[in-house]
Amino acid sequence: MVNNAVEVRDLHVVRGRHTVLEHLDLSIGGGVTGLLGPSGCGKSTLMRCLVGVQQVTGGTVTVFGEPAGSAPLRARVGYVTQAVSVYNDLTLAENLRFFARVLGVGREAVDRAVEAVDLVDFRDDVVGRLSGGQQSRASLAVALLGTPDLLVLDEPTVGLDPVLREDLWQLFHRLADSGVAVFVSSHVMDEAERCDRLLLMREGRILADGTPAEIKDRAGVDDVEAAFLALVRKDAA
Amino acid sequence: MSLSITMAVTRRVLTQLRRDRRTLAMLLVLPCLLITLLWWIYDDANPMLFDRIGPALLAIFPVIVMFLVTSVTTLRERSSGTLERLLAMPMGKLDFLVGYAIAFGLVAALQSVLAVAVAVGLLDLEVSGPLWLLTTVAVVDAVLGSALGLFVSAFAQTEFQAVQFMPALVIPQLLLCGLLVPRDQLPRALELVSDALPLSYAVDAMQHLTSSSATGPVWRDIAVVAAFAAAGLAIGAATLRRRTP
Repeated sequence: MVNNAVEVRDLHVVRGRHTVLEHLDLSIGGGVTGLLGPSGCGKSTLMRCLVGVQQVTGGTVTVFGEPAGSAPLRARVGYVTQAVSVYNDLTLAENLRFFARVLGVGREAVDRAVEAVDLVDFRDDVVGRLSGGQQSRASLAVALLGTPDLLVLDEPTVGLDPVLREDLWQLFHRLADSGVAVFVSSHVMDEAERCDRLLLMREGRILADGTPAEIKDRAGVDDVEAAFLALVRKDAA
Repeated sequence: MSLSITMAVTRRVLTQLRRDRRTLAMLLVLPCLLITLLWWIYDDANPMLFDRIGPALLAIFPVIVMFLVTSVTTLRERSSGTLERLLAMPMGKLDFLVGYAIAFGLVAALQSVLAVAVAVGLLDLEVSGPLWLLTTVAVVDAVLGSALGLFVSAFAQTEFQAVQFMPALVIPQLLLCGLLVPRDQLPRALELVSDALPLSYAVDAMQHLTSSSATGPVWRDIAVVAAFAAAGLAIGAATLRRRTP
């Protein structure tokens, strides 16, 4: 692909005494790209690099041809942190209206985002009193407010009801079909099958990169979890 | 910097305060009660002292209250991830800071209008200068408190630590600002230290206002406090990092 959304070259991140990302090279194009790996493998750090909020030790991250985090990108990249980053003491609607003003989008965007995360009945409830799953959807709704060209979603489906998870993955694919590059992380391997392309990550390195089918084929197994294990063993050997 | 984003921050902060009824009540009622308590303490013993200490208290409330409120709220923004999210959006650091400063400045204005109304209307505090200038001083003091609070929030990992910065940064200023001993009667070394602390000028401004109708010295003090506040906000802005480790 010529026009990749994201180009990562020789990205190196050291935090304290730990190397979190080790000379990563990768590119992310259209469709839904999944970043899978165990907790603590560097997924969130990589995502923070793409949005430009991570101090990097070396290497470059380019998003749509601009350095990650530069001003022209800030309206084009939607980001959901792993923690619920909305104001607990405001209602869902108040939160969304605030972020909509920051992004310079209208009220219809608020309605659209509330519907997309299926929280229409809860729009006037204070976020702090919603359930954990509802709170993470509230946080996701903020990222859907603008019209991002790249969505960076850090474990958006953790702890959600399977039906809702299904709905969200459908939403991600609808967004991808409309031209948005969607980059989703998860530590749950069974979400892998839902991605157009997978990056398997462990200890700050990318172990495998390809469609779910390719990765399983290469490892000669029939689920992604087994493929991950096979790759880790091969890597250690 | 964008006006609409700044105002969005102000509106959001005020909505949060409105929702938190208990905090709002404390912000507005507590200074009135404390100044009444002060009046009562001196009522029998030495009513003259109330005229000296009362104005200082009107300057100190906004600094302390806004210091606490800002350090805790900013720390909360940092730790909840909302700050990171905002800085990944088209939000300038100044939009964020000025938005907060306007919101807290408005609350401080309301707070001081109430406290001044009680002090002057009910407790017969003598004020020679114009009352509106008293409120102006209070608002500038509030911005100073916010600037200091913002600054310490960068060095605190927990809300508990943030609150501990109060005795570290604010109480020494309180002791040296002329509240307990007039500044010119302090030991020389302490007088010099007191000359370098912003709260001293905030209290001086209030004392000038109550003792004389000349507004020149008041404006000079306001300028000093405003300069400290601006420096605090600038250092605070430097601690708001888009990129964090």
